[in-house]
Amino acid sequence: MANATTSGRLNRFKAMEFVVGILLFGTICLAVLFAPLLFPDGGTKIDLAARLTAPFQSFAHVLGTDPLGRDVLARVVTGGKVSLVVGFASVVGSIFVGVAMGLVAGYYRGAWDALLMRFVDVQLALPFILLAITFFAILGGSLINTIVLLIVSQCVQYARLVRGSVLSLREREFILSARAIGVADRNIILRHLLPNLLGPVIVLATLNFANNILLESSLTFLGLGVDPTIPSWGGMLADARTYLQTAWWVSVFPGLAILLTVLGLNLLGDWLRDSLDPTGRTSR
Amino acid sequence: MIGFLTKRILQAIFTVLVVTLVVAFAIRLTGDPALISAQGGGTVTEADLQRIRVALGVDRPFYVQYFGFLKGLLTLDFGRSFVGGTPVSQLIGTALPATLTLAFASLFVSIVLSIPLGVKAATTRGKWPDQAIRIFSLIGLSFPNFWLATMLVLLFAIALQWLPPSGYDGFSSYIMPAVTMGLILTATNVRLVRTTMLDTLRSQYVMVARAKGLSETKVLYKHALRNCAIVLLTFLGVQFGGLLGGIVVVERVFNWPGMGTLAFDAVAARDYPVLQSVITVLSALIIGVNLLIDLAYGLIDPRIRTQ
Repeated sequence: MANATTSGRLNRFKAMEFVVGILLFGTICLAVLFAPLLFPDGGTKIDLAARLTAPFQSFAHVLGTDPLGRDVLARVVTGGKVSLVVGFASVVGSIFVGVAMGLVAGYYRGAWDALLMRFVDVQLALPFILLAITFFAILGGSLINTIVLLIVSQCVQYARLVRGSVLSLREREFILSARAIGVADRNIILRHLLPNLLGPVIVLATLNFANNILLESSLTFLGLGVDPTIPSWGGMLADARTYLQTAWWVSVFPGLAILLTVLGLNLLGDWLRDSLDPTGRTSR
Repeated sequence: MIGFLTKRILQAIFTVLVVTLVVAFAIRLTGDPALISAQGGGTVTEADLQRIRVALGVDRPFYVQYFGFLKGLLTLDFGRSFVGGTPVSQLIGTALPATLTLAFASLFVSIVLSIPLGVKAATTRGKWPDQAIRIFSLIGLSFPNFWLATMLVLLFAIALQWLPPSGYDGFSSYIMPAVTMGLILTATNVRLVRTTMLDTLRSQYVMVARAKGLSETKVLYKHALRNCAIVLLTFLGVQFGGLLGGIVVVERVFNWPGMGTLAFDAVAARDYPVLQSVITVLSALIIGVNLLIDLAYGLIDPRIRTQ
């Protein structure tokens, strides 16, 4: 019943989402990848004579300098590595752990399933940030620990998604017939179930990548996550708080970098969800 | 109905127990509080440390401490802070209202914004208002909450000097923290209202309402929106945990004397009883709110109970 102009407009909008998303995320990834070439000193060079240069004033410091005279642009580009590495590694880890948990719980049901669902309940009742406070109080903050914490807290989402899909898939004819002709459980799971779960998992992974960057930066901002001496977006924003009155740019640009990276990923995730969802429920 | 009630309540109690057990166990792993409280006190012998442990009650076996904590929970006696010996219930008594009032203010902001915007998006599906709202929502989802807070401070407290930059002092101090969390919630809620509204608008009772010749405003806000309420209500429960978590972070930006500030100070001082109680109280609240919403859901929509 949807008329042609409405769906035409929606399609154009979706195409725009993809283009803008890939441009934003792609540019930032490239910049971070080539940061060592673009800024060989990694934004660590201290130049007190040029301290607190305002942005767009000098060609040498396009985005200005911080209270120690370090170039803000160099630090923003170099600092992106932490967020991208943590985001990517935690998503890959969560996929492995979460998909395995969801497959076992959904396919075998029983005790595994009950255990998983109670784990989900507990996890829903414990806000991420409180879990993080306790976790870092025990293990201390580091890049690896931040990744581990994100995997522990986020894998449940994949487990729930996969469990739900498996519950409906396992009653479908092609699975039932594979079982009837005696295909081993392992092969049913790997060859028949897994390929059917790929789409939703990829969508979740993209959106989760975006969210993990947000979580990592807030942990580092709070002084929990990554080592504060490594340049990172969250860490720069924490340092910048003291200079909010005098140097707004030190607070603005690292945050803008987070916003644009996450926005790029969210746009891509949104586009993927619409493209992989044949019913078009979400895009109507 | 009774079966549904008992099952949900038992589940909730079980979850609270697991959360408290995990937290109590994890916190014991963070280090010896005696060492922390003995710091800066010159040379300490093992005997001194042992005396401090006895005084703090951490020399007892784990299960004794845990059951002591559970027993205390029933009477709202959370023990005393290791730092200064103030009763924890008193600390929570002042911090919890600060956090909860902020949570309600944020929800209020989000409801006021997301319902009209979501309805507008649904009724103009595919046209420019719908797409503008979708872009707004995507940008909102991408904002780090603490950075949005910082930008509001920069604009309204430093540049324009309309609002106090931080603190917890009357109505004006609520505006920026509540708008921060409210905007971030709105980004999610606006899409939810839109999707639910689109479903409802195609239903028969909306068609009947239109056929009766009711005005469009009446159809939308009186008939359609009421039926969306139930979906929105459940979602509020799911969001509540995230909202409290977000507030804990934003409290740091605004020096808000709430549960987040209390938790961070407790971590720095290895103040077990305070940290444990903060986490327990917040988790119990989240579980409680979700339980209440489930029960309300069952009351409003009888189809749920039988499932």
